[in-house]
Amino acid sequence: MQNELLQYTLRLGDNALILGQRLAEWCGHGPILEQDIALSNIALDQLGQARMLMQYAAELKGGESTEDKMAFFRDVTEYNNLLLLELENGDWGKTIARQFLFDTYNYFLYTELLNSKDDQIRAVAQKAIKEITYHAQWSAEWVIRLGDGTEESHERIQNAINDLWEWTGEMFAMDAIDEAMLEAGIGADLNKIKADWHEKASMILDMATLEKPEADWFQSGGKQGEHTEYLGFLLAEMQHLPRMYPEASW
Amino acid sequence: MTKEMNLEERFQQYVDAENKVEPKDWMPEKYRKTLIRQISQHAHSEVVGMLPEANWITRAPSLRRKVALLAKVQDEAGHGLYLYSAAETLAADRMDMVEDLLSGKAKYSSIFNYPTPTWADIGAIGWLVDGAAIANQVMLCRTSYGPYARAMVKICKEESFHQRQGYEITMTLAQGSPVQKQMAQDALNRWWWPSLMMFGPTDDASPNSAQSMKWKIKRKSNDELRQEFIDKTVPQAEFLGLTIPDKDLKWNEETGHYEHGEIDWEEFYNVIKGNGKCNKQRLAARNKAHDEGAWVREAANAYAEKEAERRKKKSSAA
Repeated sequence: MQNELLQYTLRLGDNALILGQRLAEWCGHGPILEQDIALSNIALDQLGQARMLMQYAAELKGGESTEDKMAFFRDVTEYNNLLLLELENGDWGKTIARQFLFDTYNYFLYTELLNSKDDQIRAVAQKAIKEITYHAQWSAEWVIRLGDGTEESHERIQNAINDLWEWTGEMFAMDAIDEAMLEAGIGADLNKIKADWHEKASMILDMATLEKPEADWFQSGGKQGEHTEYLGFLLAEMQHLPRMYPEASW
Repeated sequence: MTKEMNLEERFQQYVDAENKVEPKDWMPEKYRKTLIRQISQHAHSEVVGMLPEANWITRAPSLRRKVALLAKVQDEAGHGLYLYSAAETLAADRMDMVEDLLSGKAKYSSIFNYPTPTWADIGAIGWLVDGAAIANQVMLCRTSYGPYARAMVKICKEESFHQRQGYEITMTLAQGSPVQKQMAQDALNRWWWPSLMMFGPTDDASPNSAQSMKWKIKRKSNDELRQEFIDKTVPQAEFLGLTIPDKDLKWNEETGHYEHGEIDWEEFYNVIKGNGKCNKQRLAARNKAHDEGAWVREAANAYAEKEAERRKKKSSAA
């Protein structure tokens, strides 16, 4: 049970950390200052959530563990984030599409976690839900703006949604850890979230004059540590300094 | 002509009496132009200044440092916005100002053309570059143009926080392993002289300063500000056990100030001319972000127009 809770916490924490790291790449390079600031805000929220969850994971793991050991001294196969989040940022359209697909999921997920029987998870959810509600609103607005903007923006956001669609199935795939956490009243029922997510996604895509893709195949594996080629490079960049001087404090 | 003279005299009296000039007040054309140039350069510096530090956000060595650095660089973007807005109160157009930056016509602080090869540079920038910026900005909180002064008050609060953060990064390194301490010393060696150059040429080589002082845009000379910075920073370096890379640096008991060695002004003018290690990359990065963002800005405008149109139709139907 302790181990399942640790894995569950790491999945949540890794999602927040990997997305925060990706979004931070935009800082200083956004399409206009106001949106550079907005995206950095979301990155900061994600990283803040990642810290709370890594601290809890370190506590569950015990021993010499710390939030930074969790973040900087696990390798690719020990990371449990959704594959969607480790993909490269691409253009603004792809970043927005990824954000929308994930934020919408995250909103329903954290809404469920507000009722978690685990005090720490519940406390994180209580703090995070306000932030995530704003993220979901922001990215949905951008999907609508790009979809119903110019011909070029319509095409770019539609392509991005199409390309990313195969990575969304993993969000709702329950495995043994998800089942155990649901049974313990700690985790969320992903089947319930799936229905909510589809309804919301259809509504926003419709408002954005975009087509909802049909898929007969979804990628999976991130939650179980089976990743794309992108994660290794992300971790190499993120982890190199602490790994080079493992005894140092910063 | 006489009337113009009178207005200028009255303006000077108004400024001399420590009144703030506001956007709708009459002001000499040259005062307006000087301010637009200075404020827009300042805004560009904030925006270009994001780049050397953003270079380390994805590589910050702890989660706490990552969050703090990202928040700091985001603050710089915010400062850029306040300053563009302050310049707009003088009837300058933000997009024109941005175009001037991107084409290389407008200047920004030369310090940001230096690279950040190691993590210690992030400490040094916060401690020294922000420290030098603060000396200048504290003075600007009392500048005669109201919107600029008010923007500065807000900016100064955040900048002093950034400076403490930078000093703390450097302190952690200076008290760390021998490798970390060397990293901190190397960064100090790299950033010390460029930081002194941030205050601009010496007073006798700074021809525009006198008029700016008269109009109370500036209130202290380049050399005075530089001296303040040195006097404040040398003891901080000593406390860290780091060595200021100036063999001629010495305390003068009589004046109560540090004396420093000769600044290499040739390097200063060279970097301004475009020969710094990063001049080309910085401008290229800004241009890339701007060009790749063009379709996004167009889409946002197109959508806003459609929405306005829809609202108009709705209200006329009602």
